Amino acid sequence: MSADSIIRLEAVSKWFGDFQALDNVSITIRTGEKLVVCGPSGSGKSTMIRCINRLERHESGKIIVDGTELNDNRRNIQAIRQEVGMVFQQFNLFPHLTVLENLTLGPLRARGLSKDEAEDRARQYLKRVHIPEQSNKYPSQLSGGQQQRVAIARSLCMEPRIMLFDEPTSALDPEMIAEVLDVMIELADTGITMVCVTHEMGFAERVADTMLFMDKGQVVEMAPPDQFFSKPKSERCRRFLKQILHH
Amino acid sequence: MNRLWLSTYFPQTFTLAATLLLTSCSGNWGWYVVSPRTSTGRTNLLFLLDGLQWTVLMSITAISISVILGLLIALPGLSKQRALLISNRTYVELVRAVPILVLILWVYYGLPQIAEISISVFWAGVIALAVSDSAFQAEIFRAGVQSINRGQYEAAQSLSLSYMDTMRFVILPQAIKRILPALGNQLVYMLKMSSLVSVIGMQELTRRANELVVTEYRPLEIYTVLILEYLALILIVSAGVRWLERRMRADERV
Repeated sequence: MSADSIIRLEAVSKWFGDFQALDNVSITIRTGEKLVVCGPSGSGKSTMIRCINRLERHESGKIIVDGTELNDNRRNIQAIRQEVGMVFQQFNLFPHLTVLENLTLGPLRARGLSKDEAEDRARQYLKRVHIPEQSNKYPSQLSGGQQQRVAIARSLCMEPRIMLFDEPTSALDPEMIAEVLDVMIELADTGITMVCVTHEMGFAERVADTMLFMDKGQVVEMAPPDQFFSKPKSERCRRFLKQILHH
Repeated sequence: MNRLWLSTYFPQTFTLAATLLLTSCSGNWGWYVVSPRTSTGRTNLLFLLDGLQWTVLMSITAISISVILGLLIALPGLSKQRALLISNRTYVELVRAVPILVLILWVYYGLPQIAEISISVFWAGVIALAVSDSAFQAEIFRAGVQSINRGQYEAAQSLSLSYMDTMRFVILPQAIKRILPALGNQLVYMLKMSSLVSVIGMQELTRRANELVVTEYRPLEIYTVLILEYLALILIVSAGVRWLERRMRADERV
């Protein structure tokens, strides 16, 4: 195992009742790598990234994030969550807090920043996602694209080393997808490690170092994007790509 | 806003006033006992109204305690651990099964015997009301917290917030907003149930009315005044809860 791997999954399996969501998943992600995960619905891609910050508990195998193994130890879990930011399909902003309060809550309570430091940092990241002027609004007053960008900024305020994206544009109206993807592309340029579940193949081609295709809880194919898109090895992957690229 | 208030309360106030007017013409009524125009009437009225402070004080103290108690009891009910769940269910089922009147009697007459404490009528009333209400508060809180989307917990967890911080800053503020109407209901219920504390001699509204009836022997008029006292109190509470709901909702909308 190379020294600069930041996330390592070794033979990870998980069941929901009788349904096996993850089947012996082993992957290694390097520091700074951009991994884009795709696959049909129910293939386990969301479950896989949700295991990385312990929103789901894996049942067998080993997950090591930034040198710390994920197990039932609360301290390990908290340590890893400090380093891992997550962006959700449904944004999951806190509706009763203003944009600024959404952004400062984590740094204030979990990072121990002062109010001034946290607000400075929040403003800085709001600028990064191109909505510096909305800090006193409530999430419901923003468009979907703006909400998702606030959610990205909220994660970045924790200054994580890894960002997970769980279908960040799937709940958005088409005209708002680009503004979110633009922010993600800019983020990719900063050198942060990114794991992205998405079906935006244009985005994938542009930022991915590695493409990962999952089906039925298994890793079916893992390759650099040029190879992945031009000559996928497995039949399942070929069929999937044909479906999502030709409609 | 005034129009809304009128349309909400006018029908019931009108019906009540009309009933009083019509029936008071029939000759069975002797309003003199509580008439502000005679000195006896004034004394009697003041005697009745004097119970107001105790009804209000007792209800507010009891509901404050029961909200906190209810929250503390609701939290283990939200856990996945069996022992915590069972402790929550046991408390709720047990307390819910005891009639408030019985609990008042038990706390006032029974508790001093096992605990060897002397307990004032006021605190006996407050404890009984608060404990009885806490089981309902716990259920309201539990439902409120459970109604919050799982994504809110996940977002808080992904920011590595602790359980207490997640509850305090993310879940409870949203849950309380949702359960505000139910909490308002409980406050109204508490105001009414405080009348039961009259049985152990608390000088609140109902006790005052009872005592006056014994000396004046005009139950119809005196109890009618009592009803109006409760009605006035509860209309004020309802208006307050509505105002609070509007204010909390204003936070989120344009």
